[in-house]
Amino acid sequence: MSRWVSSALLGAGILALIGAGVAAAPKSAGHAPRAEAAKPLGIGREAKSDEIAGWDIDVRPDGKGLPPGKGTVREGEAIYMQQCAGCHGEFGESAGRWPILAGGENTLGSNDPVKSIGSFWPYASTVIDYIRRAMPFGNAQSLTNDELYAVTAYVFYLNDLIKDEHFELNANSFKSIKLPNERNFRDDDRDVAEKSLWRKSPCMTNCLPGPARITGRARVIDVTPESGKGPKVE
Amino acid sequence: MSKKPNRTSRRGFLRTALAGGAAAIASPALTADSNPANLPPNVADWSKTLGEGVAVRTYGKPAKSEAHIGRRDVSWLTASPQSSVSFTPLHEIDGIITPNGLCFERHHSGIAEVNPADYRLMLHGLVDKPLMFTLDDIKRMPRVNRAYFCECAANSGMEWRGAQLNGAQFTHGMVHCVMYTGVPLKVLLNEAGLKPSAKWLLLEGGDAAAMTRSLPLAKALDDALVAYRMNGEMLYPENGYPVRMVLPGWEANIWVKWLRRIEVGDQPWHTREETSKYTDVMADGQARRFTYVMEAKSVITNPSPQAPINHKSGFTVLSGIAWSGRGKIARVDVSIDGGRNWRPAKIDGPAWDKALTRFYYEFDWDGSELLLQSRAMDESGYVQPSKTELRKYRGVNSIYHNNGIQTWHVRSNGEVENVEVG
Ligand code: HEC
Repeated sequence: MSRWVSSALLGAGILALIGAGVAAAPKSAGHAPRAEAAKPLGIGREAKSDEIAGWDIDVRPDGKGLPPGKGTVREGEAIYMQQCAGCHGEFGESAGRWPILAGGENTLGSNDPVKSIGSFWPYASTVIDYIRRAMPFGNAQSLTNDELYAVTAYVFYLNDLIKDEHFELNANSFKSIKLPNERNFRDDDRDVAEKSLWRKSPCMTNCLPGPARITGRARVIDVTPESGKGPKVE
Repeated sequence: MSKKPNRTSRRGFLRTALAGGAAAIASPALTADSNPANLPPNVADWSKTLGEGVAVRTYGKPAKSEAHIGRRDVSWLTASPQSSVSFTPLHEIDGIITPNGLCFERHHSGIAEVNPADYRLMLHGLVDKPLMFTLDDIKRMPRVNRAYFCECAANSGMEWRGAQLNGAQFTHGMVHCVMYTGVPLKVLLNEAGLKPSAKWLLLEGGDAAAMTRSLPLAKALDDALVAYRMNGEMLYPENGYPVRMVLPGWEANIWVKWLRRIEVGDQPWHTREETSKYTDVMADGQARRFTYVMEAKSVITNPSPQAPINHKSGFTVLSGIAWSGRGKIARVDVSIDGGRNWRPAKIDGPAWDKALTRFYYEFDWDGSELLLQSRAMDESGYVQPSKTELRKYRGVNSIYHNNGIQTWHVRSNGEVENVEVG
């Protein structure tokens, strides 16, 4: 083998070898090119229903995908204190720099919008879907369905979306929970709302009335790691 | 671009820059490490002795003196490094392709280390036949090669209220561009057969965030790829090994990594990443959602705060990148006086659809202060707006989709700072 490689590298007919291979390749049988995306390739096997059940954990706003199970605010409080409060704070106010889970009502139009489940999120389903797939952080998909309903109920309670601590959250009662900010979302409208940003010939000369003035500098803004003042990447 | 960076002073510089001090960039010591014994008329060591043989370096690395180049994070941005971001060092690379190891990272629950033998992609929902694919299955399918930029919707998100971070790496480094090899998503969908009611797809990652986004069917049938290679190599774990979504021109968050499941449905799911996050709050408190397209944007990468000009004056090349989620870059203009006057830049290399495009602007620098800007235009006729213009439409609380024109202030000593002009 090494002898062959070295002679090939030395130029002894590797091109000729390749050329011969091409010339000898059969042209027809079993080598017909396929028209793209015509009939299926027949690759992959059927997914079984129990396999799908194990992974299909999404929940939609209309409740499709909600698992069986139930849990009350009361039951949720114990789970929350044990598994969530360490990061998100006893009242969802955040312990340190972890995300808040509650608060911020009527701040969205202000200089400092606080986006929480109660103040910002449009759908209750997103809360249960997200906790189910991703929380507690570092121990994802560990909650039982009953624990999931209970702790979600408690998170709603922290946001005043449920007032009664005996409230039992389940696939049915879930539908009664509406988040107040739903109507304040609209689909992407940049093409229309910002139409003026499409322009045939942008200004090339004397585009400012006078020389450009510096109005802000990176180094005057205090973004020391310790102050934690910087905005967050979301 | 500073040729012989003194590593401690560079790091020190970044730290002071971020701390707001940044008194001065340690004047770039171009000759500090130079050894006269290697310079003519002497003959350098490496011209006399045998070097390392082949296959010692089974996987090559950049030269030792380039070892400082790397992704960086800004630790105060996030509470944990597992849900955080590291930035591409844009000022250290040229051309349009990002080396695999320098592509910015954004994870929500750390890097999933997937065993390729246990990798499965499930495709179900409103289909005739729910399917399960192995990695070998996916690699057997017809494939295509396409270079696309991938930009986080929050790129430049720290700059909405004003100039804040000193470095193109930090202001613009949540973008990369690699050549993907993958299967068009429509080929996979054709295997399963779509039901007539199909309108939306759910994409789900196999990481501990089980990242999920809703994808409109039209995009799925257009140019969406299920990719497994970047620049010829298998995807790196931090970029979704072994399989990720590629959605050309769209915000990176929907390019779900470690893809494990695609569900076909008839309405969007409104997942956390398209409600709580990746929605854009306008000045009136209302929020835009499903703002997928990354609009035309550009930045001068050299010079920039981490890459000062090292010559006092004379012939100077400004180098930068431009890109647009709406197609090809048609033109880039450059201003050296803060946007008062503009000249067309020279585009060099391919100007591919939804890929990074490299531009240069050459001029004789007289050594006076400069206010550098670049302005991208795409084939749809969209012109990259100034930050002032963008704020008029969007306020300052959007976090996402900041594609405003960047200004760098170059002092006569070559030092560069991130500034805003009015
Ligand atoms: C170790 C800290 C930690 C623990 C414990 C934890 N979380 Fe979280 N939580 C996080 C982090 C970090 C995020 C954001 C993740 C990301 O960036 O994608 C988050 C996000 C969330 C969000 C979404 C917040 C938003 O505004 O988008 C909810 C809801 C949530 N957690 C609920 C819970 C619940 C319920 C528990 C307990 C079962 C819990 N978390 C336990 C760290 C934690």
